[in-house]
Amino acid sequence: MYMEAYNKILEEIIREENLVYKKTALMTDKPLSYCPGCGHGVAHRVIMEVIDEMGIQAETIGVAPVGCSVLAYEFMNIDMQQASHGRAPAVATGIKRCWPEKYVFTYQGDGDLAAIGTAETIHACNRGENIAIFFINNGIYGMTGGQMAPTTLPGMRSSTTPYGRDVALMGNPLKMTELVAMLPGTYFVARHSVHTPLAVRKFKKAARMAFENQKLKKGVSFIEVVSNCNSGWKMTPNDANKWMEANMFPFFPPGDIKINGEMVAKAEKSE
Amino acid sequence: MADKKLMKGNEAFAEAAIRAGCDAYFGYPITPQSEVMEYLAAQQPHLRTGMVLLQAESEVAAINMVYGAAGTGKKVMTSSSSPGISLKQEGISYLAGSQLPCLILNVMRGGPGLGTIQPSQSDYFQATKGGGHGDYRMIVLAPASVQEMADFVKLGFELAFKYRNPVMMLSDGIIGQMMEKVEMFEQMPRATEFDQRWVTTGKTPDRERNVITSLDLDPARHERHNQKLQAKYQLMRENEVRFETIACDDAEYLFVAYGSSARICQKSVKLAREKGIKAGLLRPITLFPFPYDEIDRLTKQLKGILTVELSAGQMIEDVKLATEGRVKVALHNRMGGMVPSPEEVLDALITHFSI
Ligand SMILES: Cc1ncc(C[n+]2csc(CCOP(=O)(O)OP(=O)(O)O)c2C)c(N)n1
Ligand code: SF4
Ligand SMILES: [Mg+2]
Repeated sequence: MYMEAYNKILEEIIREENLVYKKTALMTDKPLSYCPGCGHGVAHRVIMEVIDEMGIQAETIGVAPVGCSVLAYEFMNIDMQQASHGRAPAVATGIKRCWPEKYVFTYQGDGDLAAIGTAETIHACNRGENIAIFFINNGIYGMTGGQMAPTTLPGMRSSTTPYGRDVALMGNPLKMTELVAMLPGTYFVARHSVHTPLAVRKFKKAARMAFENQKLKKGVSFIEVVSNCNSGWKMTPNDANKWMEANMFPFFPPGDIKINGEMVAKAEKSE
Repeated sequence: MADKKLMKGNEAFAEAAIRAGCDAYFGYPITPQSEVMEYLAAQQPHLRTGMVLLQAESEVAAINMVYGAAGTGKKVMTSSSSPGISLKQEGISYLAGSQLPCLILNVMRGGPGLGTIQPSQSDYFQATKGGGHGDYRMIVLAPASVQEMADFVKLGFELAFKYRNPVMMLSDGIIGQMMEKVEMFEQMPRATEFDQRWVTTGKTPDRERNVITSLDLDPARHERHNQKLQAKYQLMRENEVRFETIACDDAEYLFVAYGSSARICQKSVKLAREKGIKAGLLRPITLFPFPYDEIDRLTKQLKGILTVELSAGQMIEDVKLATEGRVKVALHNRMGGMVPSPEEVLDALITHFSI
């Protein structure tokens, strides 16, 4: 009697029109290796949703970096290659040049993309390879235990800047995204985040554009995701997101930088 | 009819690449092998066969472009010279670890450091013993003529796909720069017939996703992966040893030399025979796997072996391994871009063994 009523209620609740969330079809069943609250998992999911919604799984090859997301290929149910540290844009170039009709993307951290792989990033962008680059900027080397990254903010603590980044000694943080936007080979350049539902929706729209753009063959789509590393920053996930908004966003402001090959005017950018 | 042309070694290699149905070349200029990319560029291979040609921003980028393309099942190659090959080592280790086929040409110049642009054979250890990090091997082919610069492209690709492993052609500035007549094989189709089940070209519903990686964080599984690689290298040792012998049947003294040194020793054998010295030449064609057994077999009839190298003496260690101390093994070497004359080599043989 009780069970009957219970099942009836369930039936009423579990209906297509009531569903607000479901597991992303292109994510595998493997539990994510990321720390709870880390932005990597959300960024993965969004990219997989886009590939699923576009129906391009059979034509997509992803390139995983060296960093916390080195095992991205365990979680993304698509064909993938794991690149050596920093070289994902070169690996993606090799793939795309041989398969110009396929969709190719890299997924890279800030150490990977903006330190050891700076040359590969700039040259792939400058050649205008028809690929998408997803750049997860958490201002730190998450995987190796929280050392300074090229994007670590002035004064920010890391295991190799235990008293805070002294720019006189350690140099300045690098705004790679603004830098690649200057290159003629980039077609779409934007900065996003994945820490609120609204931010996720905006990032998803941009990610979709990054894949759609590949049909046009007009150059690189480059999307930075300003993200958290609560383990490396030594904060709770909530505090990390608050800290990110208060400290990372002023230096790395979210918004479109270049659309359809044209720089976006400064006034439009702040949204 | 195959046509005969007078060509530089580097050009013959490039022409052979197009004819072997190579899908893509990624490289970065460095003397003495820049003619490879220059020749390819002049040929416009994208028009001839659809082959991709791209000048990369560095040797590091080039080898990783090779990795990406090789992971999609394409016939890919790169070429460089010693300092550039050093830069490629991490990439080569990844290619070996991920079991990707490709062809890499090293037109050796003298080192260490920036060294010299003159010919050398001082990258033997790097090529045959691993080079990059981790336990891996490549099949190493040592061309001694412009003809072999062409023929080994075809052979190299066959072996690379047979074993799903990088293959290196270890040449040097002499072989790369000299001009000889070469008979080119016919244009081959770009299509490949090997097993394509592992390639990453997009996951289709009929199969699991494919992943190209050298990473495995589970020690037990990673040990098994290493054992699998070692078993593969063992198969190479058993099946792929190649060498050439000249005047060895009655030889009492043996020159062991590869590449340009072997060409010099060929002349030294002639000079020795004219003097009544029973000298022969063993020229390893594969440096890995090394012809240990053949040297071992010849050891019984020999009074002495002279290893001739354009290095401080690297291959000599493998020759000594083969002879296990049963016969005296001496070295005649030149370094820094210097090259011995056939007479100088013969004199060295006479002196070392008091003939
Ligand atoms: C050639 C090489 N150098 C150094 C390392 C060690 N390493 C692994 S991950 C990493 C930093 C990754 O940081 P980031 O790209 O920011 O990724 P995150 O973990 O923060 O997502 C380093 C230095 C390596 N694997 N290979
Ligand atoms: S260490 Fe940082 S980047 Fe890595 S999984 Fe944890 S929170 Fe994410
Ligand atoms: Mg990072």
